[in-house]
Amino acid sequence: MALATRTDRKPSLTRTVWDSTVGKKAVMAVSGLIMLTYLAVHMFGNLKIFFGAGDFNGYAHWLRTVGEPFLHYEWALWIIRVVLVAAVVAHAVSAYQLSRRDIRARPSQYVHRRPRASYATRTMRWGGVILGLFIVWHVLDLTTGTVHPGGFQSGHPYQNVIDTFSTWYGNTIYIVAMLALGLHVQHGFWSAAQTLGAGSAARDRILKTLANVLALVLTLGFISVPVAVMTGVVS
Amino acid sequence: MKLTLRVWRQQNADADGAMSTYEVDGISADMSFLEMLDTLNEELILGGEDPVAFDHDCREGICGACSLVINGDAHGPERTTTCQLHMRAFRDGDTIDVEPWRAAAFPVVKDLVVDRSAFDRIIQAGGYISAPTGAAPEAHATPVPKPDADFAFEHAECIGCGACVAACPNGSAMLFTSAKVNHLNVLPQGAPERETRVLDMVGQMDAEGFGGCTLTGECATACPKGIPLPSIAAMNKEWLRATRKAKKVGR
Amino acid sequence: MTSYTDYALGEPIADTKAPSGPVAERWDTRRFEAKLVNPANRRKHTVIVVGTGLAGGSAGATLAEQGYHVVQFCFQDSPRRAHSIAAQGGINAAKNYRNDGDSIHRLFYDTVKGGDFRARESNVHRLAQISVEIIDQCVAQGVPFAREYGGLLDTRSFGGVQVSRTFYARGQTGQQLLLGAYQALSRQIAAGNVELHARTEMLDLIVVDGKARGIVARDLVTGKIDTYFADAVVLASGGYGNVFYLSTNAMNSNATAVWRAHRRGAYFANPCFTQIHPTCIPRTGEHQSKLTLMSESLRNDGRIWVPKAKGDTRPAAAIPEDERDYYLERIYPSFGNLVPRDIASRAAKNVCDEGRGVGPGGQGVYLDFADAIARMGRDKVEEKYGNLFEMYERITAENPYEVPMRIYPAVHYTMGGLWVDYDLQTTVPGLFAIGEANFSDHGANRLGASALMQGLADGYFVLPSTINDYLARNPHQEPVTAEHPAVAEAVAETEDRLNLLLAVDGDRTPDSFHRELGELMWEYCGMARTEEGLRKALERIPQIREEFWRRIKVPGTGEEFNQSLEKANRIVDYLELAELMCLDALHRAESCGGHFREESQTPDGEAARRDEEFSYAAAWEFRETGAAPVLHKEDLVFEYVHPTQRSYA
Repeated sequence: MALATRTDRKPSLTRTVWDSTVGKKAVMAVSGLIMLTYLAVHMFGNLKIFFGAGDFNGYAHWLRTVGEPFLHYEWALWIIRVVLVAAVVAHAVSAYQLSRRDIRARPSQYVHRRPRASYATRTMRWGGVILGLFIVWHVLDLTTGTVHPGGFQSGHPYQNVIDTFSTWYGNTIYIVAMLALGLHVQHGFWSAAQTLGAGSAARDRILKTLANVLALVLTLGFISVPVAVMTGVVS
Repeated sequence: MKLTLRVWRQQNADADGAMSTYEVDGISADMSFLEMLDTLNEELILGGEDPVAFDHDCREGICGACSLVINGDAHGPERTTTCQLHMRAFRDGDTIDVEPWRAAAFPVVKDLVVDRSAFDRIIQAGGYISAPTGAAPEAHATPVPKPDADFAFEHAECIGCGACVAACPNGSAMLFTSAKVNHLNVLPQGAPERETRVLDMVGQMDAEGFGGCTLTGECATACPKGIPLPSIAAMNKEWLRATRKAKKVGR
Repeated sequence: MTSYTDYALGEPIADTKAPSGPVAERWDTRRFEAKLVNPANRRKHTVIVVGTGLAGGSAGATLAEQGYHVVQFCFQDSPRRAHSIAAQGGINAAKNYRNDGDSIHRLFYDTVKGGDFRARESNVHRLAQISVEIIDQCVAQGVPFAREYGGLLDTRSFGGVQVSRTFYARGQTGQQLLLGAYQALSRQIAAGNVELHARTEMLDLIVVDGKARGIVARDLVTGKIDTYFADAVVLASGGYGNVFYLSTNAMNSNATAVWRAHRRGAYFANPCFTQIHPTCIPRTGEHQSKLTLMSESLRNDGRIWVPKAKGDTRPAAAIPEDERDYYLERIYPSFGNLVPRDIASRAAKNVCDEGRGVGPGGQGVYLDFADAIARMGRDKVEEKYGNLFEMYERITAENPYEVPMRIYPAVHYTMGGLWVDYDLQTTVPGLFAIGEANFSDHGANRLGASALMQGLADGYFVLPSTINDYLARNPHQEPVTAEHPAVAEAVAETEDRLNLLLAVDGDRTPDSFHRELGELMWEYCGMARTEEGLRKALERIPQIREEFWRRIKVPGTGEEFNQSLEKANRIVDYLELAELMCLDALHRAESCGGHFREESQTPDGEAARRDEEFSYAAAWEFRETGAAPVLHKEDLVFEYVHPTQRSYA
């Protein structure tokens, strides 16, 4: 096998990053962190539901007017949406390509199997798929209203949320997805830190604790909404 | 001790392999695992059978030749090389599964012997400091702070056995590659080639068909020399730093 | 028919390449006098290097840097696995960083004296001079030597010397130096200057018109036998300690390359000079496949003792201080536990022979760290020797922090090897031998931490300078082809030998013969040798050889990966080499260094050299298997270090 790197052609930075497993992991880490930041904001926004329909709907409206008059109506929201879609696509494509590569790199399994710490890897893979499907459903349900139970009312997210969480399947899908999110964030955050070179023996405990706290806060924060609807705290 | 061995037998790289079962008796607890296999092979030869092929050389845990997956663990149940694993780690009547390293980049040569030349090519891609003989300055011209020297040594301990790849569910060589990158990149002598080294070695690692790192930590658990998992993060940092400076180093 | 012991005395041999004049100037003189090859012409020369250890790896890398086309071989799957990697303790260099009175001259003096006045002054002085450059070179390559808090290199002392000149990388100095050479070699492989053949074993030397022009080698994976041609051949294939079956050598280290070269005309010098290392882990049983060394550096802080009373079976802790015999400190008060290896080994044998040995079978002595732990603290001991302690515990299941280690001598290194001149060229023009494969620098005993020094000196600095002279003097050699009769003959011989091994289909395994030969050698040609024993061995070896060719069983075929065939073929050569070792030991009726003849000892049991008769290197010329070889003597002249009976008391 020839030394693949010994070429006169100088690959571009993008090429170098995208062609390398380390680079692709960095893409995953960065896109993951972007999504994580969004989720944190999203979660805090969701909690406004506890202050009543007015607060919550007002917040939703503000999201469309933020940045005005510099930005046009909904522009900020669209910018966020574009960035998020790019992040999701980059994350998913990298994950898919890396997973394919990983599976190819270990074509045959050991005859003697034992439980391996690949738990996290497997969780990341199926967890990622679950989250991807969830996002589709979530957008169709609460953004476009395509699969929304009951009548979807644009501009009245408070009612829409209550509609969704008044169905058994809405709750089930959401809660399962949020548990998957917790596991994904728990390994993903720590993993992203390693990928971006922030990990070290000294920092390992802090990073792991941070990952656990993040995962827990996000999961509980998100799940609190359907639970509140189910228990009638929010109605 | 009396043991049942289930050993991977494969005539050559192209043949199909399968597990074969053998009984061995009179095994002493003081034997090394390889001496136990020697005993089996002596019996196989006298019985007119092909002895089990396995790589081994120094038998003192430093050359990195021995490479067996024992009961699903690279180098077996203890954190050491196969040659330093002694039979006192097993009990009379045990059944032991012995398999070769499995990874696409480590094709089987015969039975338990695999081809690890991909590791050599990773080193050839940049795992060195260009210091032509005779051109060296006085050794004390550049003091190296002890923490850096210790960090370098800790990573230089890698014996290139490939247990990290064998243990990794993705067949990734990140721990091996990072050990050499970190050893050389932390030293002042390694600074001039710091960026090209990590870019080229990672590039070669990928070209050899090793998988990516998903930070399962299996590699560091299997490593007989205790190369730590954060070694990988340190290399990632070096790699990202190098891509940022890519222009400066001419790529 | 003449017996093997009726060797003939041939013409004396002399080292014609060493310049005369002050010893300190000889290396410069030689480098100046040696012819050079124009850098543009070097590409046209191919050099074969066999072996990738410290000597071979460093030579291959350096020759390639110079511009030669290097074709290099190792039987391991990677050049990084050569057995140099297992050297633990350190590498000597006369840097005098400690300001403790060290100098090139002192290293020279210590090495000549340590070698019991059986080495050449010219070579040893050159080695001491180059030692300084080696450290510089290795540091530049990134070898992570131990450092002090100020960032400067740390050193420690080693057996046989009173200065602190040993540079080390914890207990893995050999590994780190080898990886340095391996990385330098890797750089040249990537650059296309070195063509590496891993898992390829040299099985014969090709000599055309009296000059070494190539090798016959077997691809160990496919079994294919191939020929490789060159303008010069360098053997860096290591020592032959595995003749003894049990040794600290790697399982696959072997003597085939040097022995085949010997059969093709290279003289073999001082084969009986073998080093028995005092600090090895005692064997545990019949199954033992190799012995593990515990670095000699342990003797810096560990104290060696046995019970004063014979047959004392109490555990070490139960033996009170005044019933312990710290015999090295008692007999050699000024060097104590740091006496040279041969002396420490023999002393251990003596106390065990007296029935005061410890452990199973009484074949062991204690190496006790209790005092060191009390003095320095456990942490400090762990920092210095942690990996060795761990290794000991893994093998013996005993914790050396709590109970003393048990150690016993084992075969470790062979000072003898192919005879070479000052240029490291053998008696076959164009054939060079470097590192442990040659005989040149250690005399009858090697000092600790000197093997790494010699391997790297030969590979990085000496050979790359001297080989130029040969190549410059033989610039346009006729190309050799596979059709040449000498080539065809070498290939046919190799194939016949392997086919015969496969065809015998007897009832004994290769290992059983190797073990039998090893036990015989250890008994009669080991730590103490007698005329009677050696004669017995010389009678027995041909019988084993005959039985070998009648009863050997090698399964499988030659056209595949066949480790039994590899092993059996190496034993063929051990069975001839062992005979020469015994003959050499028999003819050298003196004690010197690692060669102890019971007939030649002082009244207090120390080795007695007989300079009037034996102040020479014995270079043996091969005639045919089983036939007595011819002895050529190279007289040794001592102008600077005058031979005295070594005293370490």
